[in-house]
Amino acid sequence: MSVLALRVGPVSTRVPARALVVSIVAAVLVAVGIAWSISVGVFPIPFTDVVGELTGLRRSADSTFIIRRLRLPRALTAALVGGAFGMSGQVFQRMVRNPLASPDILGVSAGAAVGAVAWIVLRDGSGPTVTFVALAGSILTVLAIYLLALKKGMSSYRLVLIGIGVTAMLNAVVAYLLTRAELFDAQRATIWLTGSVNNRGWSHVRPLAAALAVLVPVTLVNARPLRALELGDDTARGLGVPGRSPLVLAVSAAALAAVATAAAGPVGFVALVSPQIARRLVGPGPAALVPAGLVGAAIVVYADTLSRLVFSPIELPVGVVTAAVGAPYLLWLLVRSNRIGSGG
Amino acid sequence: MPNTAAPEEPGEVHPERPPRALARGGWSRAAGLLGLVVVAVGVAALSIAIGTRSIAPSDVLDALVRFDPLNDDHLIVRDLRVPRTILAFAVGGALGLAGGVMQGVTRNPLADPGLLGVNAGAALAVVVGIIAFDVTGVSGQVWFAFVGAAVAGVLVYSIGAMGRGGATPVKLAIAGAAMAALMGSITSALLLLDSATLDQYRFWAVGSVANRDLDVFGPALPFLALGAGLALASSRSLNGLALGEDVARSLGQRVGWSRAVAAASVVLLCGGATASAGPIWFVGLTVPHVARALTGPDHRWLLPYSMVLGAVLLTGADVIGRVIARPGELEVGVATAFLGAPVFIAFVRRRRIAEL
Repeated sequence: MSVLALRVGPVSTRVPARALVVSIVAAVLVAVGIAWSISVGVFPIPFTDVVGELTGLRRSADSTFIIRRLRLPRALTAALVGGAFGMSGQVFQRMVRNPLASPDILGVSAGAAVGAVAWIVLRDGSGPTVTFVALAGSILTVLAIYLLALKKGMSSYRLVLIGIGVTAMLNAVVAYLLTRAELFDAQRATIWLTGSVNNRGWSHVRPLAAALAVLVPVTLVNARPLRALELGDDTARGLGVPGRSPLVLAVSAAALAAVATAAAGPVGFVALVSPQIARRLVGPGPAALVPAGLVGAAIVVYADTLSRLVFSPIELPVGVVTAAVGAPYLLWLLVRSNRIGSGG
Repeated sequence: MPNTAAPEEPGEVHPERPPRALARGGWSRAAGLLGLVVVAVGVAALSIAIGTRSIAPSDVLDALVRFDPLNDDHLIVRDLRVPRTILAFAVGGALGLAGGVMQGVTRNPLADPGLLGVNAGAALAVVVGIIAFDVTGVSGQVWFAFVGAAVAGVLVYSIGAMGRGGATPVKLAIAGAAMAALMGSITSALLLLDSATLDQYRFWAVGSVANRDLDVFGPALPFLALGAGLALASSRSLNGLALGEDVARSLGQRVGWSRAVAAASVVLLCGGATASAGPIWFVGLTVPHVARALTGPDHRWLLPYSMVLGAVLLTGADVIGRVIARPGELEVGVATAFLGAPVFIAFVRRRRIAEL
């Protein structure tokens, strides 16, 4: 595989050409998707107007408000949430070497779900407070799982099993709350549990973007040992991967998923499907964090747009559509892969 | 962060740390299994004796031996508690067994029996049944759930088996997860568009063994029995698969055939269980891990242990769920996870768990 070497001053990095191509294509797709997402709605805006408005080349007074105030933040939320889930999912799948692994093994979405559903059902909460309670729920759950798994050092197998246990318990609480809730609250809680970017404004985008601006670089910088970790714990240690680096990586990846969950709910399936798609596009070898993130962003942006187009005038939560968009594509890739080993 | 599963690497060897089992040697394993069966019988007896209405133990015994149709207490024991106990026992055992088989076939510790899409298919079928055919009540939902589970299981397995290489563990796992997500999204779309259905569905989805007569779940019992037979019969071939596909094949095993039989048993077991009691995934996911710690990785012991442990867990949780929320009840799906999880966590912390 051809590899490009980038050098900026003292910093240099190797970028596999195929991963670069996939990333560029995915990034263009995301940009087009955002513009498309903005042009679709009850008040349709021509695609060229959207592009003109976003690039600042051409402005028309009547669409500026709709684009800037209403639709752009929503599209950006979708893109950021998808990107965070995709990257976080890739880190976990690579680190635990398991295609079923996701940030959920650290209890991110279960903790957020208990917080949000309890707040909605018991306190009739709504709006931004749900976001904070969800974030608090996932942070507490990740901490609890981590502390429970900590015993004479950390074994990731134990971490996974304890994650399963805690997640099961929290999911039981959610199911219990749903059966005891008023039907209206149960419905609101179900929408939250599916994941939705309805009515997301700049007040959602700003904290989300700020968190990602910190977490994404931290994740990328600490991702170096991922390829060694994939060979197994012992081999990685033998190759000189320090014990601390995976921990920072796990925490930053879990935090990515936590802020995304807080902003939009546990958007179904993105953390699982985008790494798998990215991996099949990029090929074996590179950790492919950026491609996975961009694929995730593309999935959520297009899913959100489709959900508004197909079911109009009803707005189904985006989590319903992400699986409908991502799953068939993944299945197609799976069936099409005809070499043994490319299935993994 | 390490070793959960390396699905495509044949037979990883850890010579320096063999999987330690509590019960080593055939005799101690057999004795352990016998002990578990005794515990299971005790739990079943408790499940018949304890309930919302307090009935004296002597009356319970009378109801079983000298049944008097005019006695209310006898009727409660006969018509409510005995069927419920049988159901909890069968469902728990089926889920534990299916979980052990599923983790063996996919060689993945995160695999639960629902991974073949069984739970998601059952849920979708129940929702469609409620919306399109106005199916209310448990007796109709059972059939929809079972058909949905079977169709989904066959579909997932066929997709996973497409392409060269057949149904490899990774392809099965991904196909299952993708299909489950797809069906789940259709289910939630239908639920969100129709709140009356959500109102019925949420009570099915929580998982319960209450209010189900023998004639409701009776039809599922033959499927469960057939599934259990297939599962236990495939324990030897699962041992072969655990060595990795290439080794298994070189030992003369028909890999594709063994996988298909094991998957069929999971569909029967988990489909029957989900149809009769709703989606309960905690049992299938965690019980095999506990069983593996007790017996080591040999499926000939692991599977029977998983089955009995599953039955004990579900029945015991159901009894406790009846007691702690008096006069109401805690659904068994909630009680299993809520009571089982702390035990599971403590267990995982105390022991060095045998890895898959």
